[in-house]
Amino acid sequence: MSATLPDFELIRPATLAAAIAALQEAEAPRLCAGGTDLIVNMRHGLSPAATLIDITAIDELAGIVRQGEGLHIGAATRLCELEEDDTLARAYPAVAEAVRTIAGPAHRQAATLGGNLCLDTRCLYYNQSDWWRRANDFCLKYGGDVCRVAPSGKRCRAAFSGDLAPALMVHGGEIVIAGGEGLRRLPVQDFYREDGADHLALEKGEIVTGVYLPPPAGLSAYRKLRLRGAIDFPLAGVAISCARREDGWHFAIALTGTNSCPVMVEMPPLAPDEDAAAYFRTLGRQVQKKASPQRTTAIAPHYRRLGVAAMAVRLARDLWQAA
Amino acid sequence: MRMISPVINGEECTDAVEDNLLLIDYLRRNRRLTGTKQGCDGGECGACTVLIDGRPRLACITLAAACDGAEIETIEGQKRGGRLSALQRAFHENLGTQCGFCTPGMIMAAEALLRRVPDPDDAQIRAALGGNLCRCTGYVKIIRSVRAAAGGGQ
Repeated sequence: MSATLPDFELIRPATLAAAIAALQEAEAPRLCAGGTDLIVNMRHGLSPAATLIDITAIDELAGIVRQGEGLHIGAATRLCELEEDDTLARAYPAVAEAVRTIAGPAHRQAATLGGNLCLDTRCLYYNQSDWWRRANDFCLKYGGDVCRVAPSGKRCRAAFSGDLAPALMVHGGEIVIAGGEGLRRLPVQDFYREDGADHLALEKGEIVTGVYLPPPAGLSAYRKLRLRGAIDFPLAGVAISCARREDGWHFAIALTGTNSCPVMVEMPPLAPDEDAAAYFRTLGRQVQKKASPQRTTAIAPHYRRLGVAAMAVRLARDLWQAA
Repeated sequence: MRMISPVINGEECTDAVEDNLLLIDYLRRNRRLTGTKQGCDGGECGACTVLIDGRPRLACITLAAACDGAEIETIEGQKRGGRLSALQRAFHENLGTQCGFCTPGMIMAAEALLRRVPDPDDAQIRAALGGNLCRCTGYVKIIRSVRAAAGGGQ
């Protein structure tokens, strides 16, 4: 770790309009929404910025408010606030469970929803000090032209490691984005693309202002695979929601930590007269097929693939039995 | 460069700081409060845990410039008129500290817990200290220390 952070000017706007103006006008700007990951990266000589725009002092981006039958969560809402929110725990359990697994208690006091959604992708060859990466001639994601994980490939394979995105996805969450053109909304899964070096569908000058969650439709849960019970990013994570309707049980499944973006796994509903054991075996196979873990962590990709499928089957079966 | 005026361990301070100065460096170098330890220096070990407005925060990933007007508490603020606080005494008496490097962070994280939950169970203690690494004790005596401090009152 370098002794100091690189030089930058810190701006702490009080309004969204001022933040957007700064983002469009300031020299080499970068948003900071808690900084629990960004500051570590900056000390490694990654994520360079001449202007750091801290959005955590913007009141209009903070807090959880009821919106119709749904919920709106501001981007600057801190994870500890999500953790302590009863509505979230009751109506969107996967989201509440995901929050509790993020980093450690002290991180969650600073980290925010927006920061977690815009979390940089991670890789064994990227999250290293400058001298480490220099000795390795850098990599495709930053400073080099070859992906060290898949040298023959054309794109960066760094893994998306946010815990909240999959949990919001299985609840049909939408990301609200503000920019010079006003507000736009995207389903959470459309906010990401499968490219570790450019995984966010955010245009220049745009800010994530929050997330809208539609009325809850069923039960949900989140599990993640990791070595240490706190702090660790997911080696693989899975969120599942299960809603009982007339034609059977509808599952929504989303994975994280396995690809360069969070991905959804499509499954038809489980019909009431169907062989449930066979259905869950198929579900496990579908998860294995969709998950594409690479050598981005010190843990074998094969283990992560099997692990995420096993977690998904267990979770789906538990939710089905409870629904 | 900007002026910040945090209240540190009850004392109002005003200092000029660079925008990129980390809270840990501000506390240790500018304020000479070297009780807060620099461990992994990347938000993974919890040795630099301090309280900001009563909540645990990691000084190694917090910008000093963002702490204007904040109330900061470090391990130095634990002493009560030259005597050990209940937590410090409990760590001492229950051998919750060995090499001592993680102790300031452990005590500050425990302090934050006890203010919120005065009589925590073991699961709550483990969760609150989940972000703090100790390579000596094996944690058993740390958890016992926190439990003793909770039971022992002031």
